[in-house]
Amino acid sequence: MMRHLARICSIIIVASAILTMIAATPVPAQQLGPDGAPNPTASVASQQKLLQQSPRIEGEIAQPNQRERVLMQPAGRQWDYFHEVILHWFGAIVILGMIAVLGAAYLIMGRIRISKGRSGQKVRRFNAFERFSHWLTAISFVVLGLTGLNITFGKILLLPVIGPEAFSSESQLAKYTHNFVSVSFVIGLVLIVAIWLKDNIPQKVDIEWIKQGGGFIKSKHAPSGRFNPGEKLVFWFALGAGVAVIISGYLLMFPFYVTNIAGMQLAQIVHAVVAVLFIAVIIAHIYIGTLGMEGAFEAMATGEVDLNWAKEHHDVWLEEQLSKGPASARSGQSSAAPAE
Amino acid sequence: MARVKFLCDADRCIECNACVTACKNEHEVPWGINRRRVVTINDGKPGERSVSMACMHCTDAPCAAVCPVSCFFTTADGVVLHSKDLCIGCGYCFYACPFGAPQYPMVGNFGSRGKMDKCTYCAGGPEDDSTPAEYAKYGANRLAEGKLPICAEMCSTKSLLAGDGAIIAEIYKERVMKRGYGSGAWGWTTAYHEDIAV
Repeated sequence: MMRHLARICSIIIVASAILTMIAATPVPAQQLGPDGAPNPTASVASQQKLLQQSPRIEGEIAQPNQRERVLMQPAGRQWDYFHEVILHWFGAIVILGMIAVLGAAYLIMGRIRISKGRSGQKVRRFNAFERFSHWLTAISFVVLGLTGLNITFGKILLLPVIGPEAFSSESQLAKYTHNFVSVSFVIGLVLIVAIWLKDNIPQKVDIEWIKQGGGFIKSKHAPSGRFNPGEKLVFWFALGAGVAVIISGYLLMFPFYVTNIAGMQLAQIVHAVVAVLFIAVIIAHIYIGTLGMEGAFEAMATGEVDLNWAKEHHDVWLEEQLSKGPASARSGQSSAAPAE
Repeated sequence: MARVKFLCDADRCIECNACVTACKNEHEVPWGINRRRVVTINDGKPGERSVSMACMHCTDAPCAAVCPVSCFFTTADGVVLHSKDLCIGCGYCFYACPFGAPQYPMVGNFGSRGKMDKCTYCAGGPEDDSTPAEYAKYGANRLAEGKLPICAEMCSTKSLLAGDGAIIAEIYKERVMKRGYGSGAWGWTTAYHEDIAV
């Protein structure tokens, strides 16, 4: 039985081999022109035809470096257009636009004050590890942002001021700084996400916060947990944009490890566009955390906020903290100064 | 002043790689870097063609446009050169170049790029002509000696042409007329925004 089966199998294999040999009739090496003479270019693919088929023309190469197989990639000209025209305009409009909006907000609304004034009592908002994680990410981000902007806008803004030699040395340093500081940004972002993920999950109270105008309408009180929807948006944006810039950035830092040249062009576009949006969002975040709101910065500076600030901006969170026991929530002055 | 260009007549190229070797020898190009290469299209198939490719010294050179430190300049002859003193090795010219011309020595770990190296059209760099400093960074300056690039000069089939763009285009046109075929001036539309109409 087994022998029969084996014989049938071998017959099938031989038959299929013969069939494929018949099917693949040899292509004539030289085609003939209309006058019967050999036409040496009849089967040559022109570069126009090859470029219609694929954005890059690739062939074989005798050199060991097989990346050099790409003969032409006219897409480089399109990437040039993105980098020199689109990115410059996009970056300038988004970043200066955000600064203009914040400037207008400051002029119209002014600083958001603690309406009842300071109570003198402090509530613990961020512990030392939370602040460390925040500032690790924040300082890394500012360094990465400035060195990144230098690569895109430096030659327009800085080069004419300090001259080509100084600008080149500075940019060389900026390049290495950008590459190495990326590591501390990754660590910072991982810590931030690990610490604050659970507090940034959308809650019911968020809908009420939005209905009450998010604290921008002075007559209304917008209730909020530990983080309000605005802060949650910054958190989720930082996570999404952070992951995008990290992946695209490391693809660029390790050329040809994962991507080819088309992948690197795309990675650079993603990196630049997301980074510009990230910078604009973080400028707004910095504004609201410092100039835009009284009593907000100390949360990240000392880790403690004023009781009245907490009541006005994070009442639900404050109740939770107080219910856990005043000793854990309040610190410092509570024993020294009697409550008002 | 002439506007110099490269033209590879792919119907003549025999993929001998002598242009690659000559270039490496003339300029003592470091190990791992190739300023010129020969790519064979449809290798082993009917209509196989080989093209010798290096920096094409583009009109509106994209490398020069995207360089974050503006280290490129174009000479009066239309040769695109760069300053290795200013180059920071960011790799942007490599993303923008349609011809894969920029090459980087590996410095340090991973993909860390050193200062970019590319075909100079045998015209050296920003340093004074034919000085040891120029030779060390960019190789020989044959143009200053009144000679054309070595790759084209020693091409055994005269497939690779270098010189005044108008003259080499005329030579190519004559060849195509005489032999009755030509697979086109590879890269010209991308590099110079023009093709050779035959």
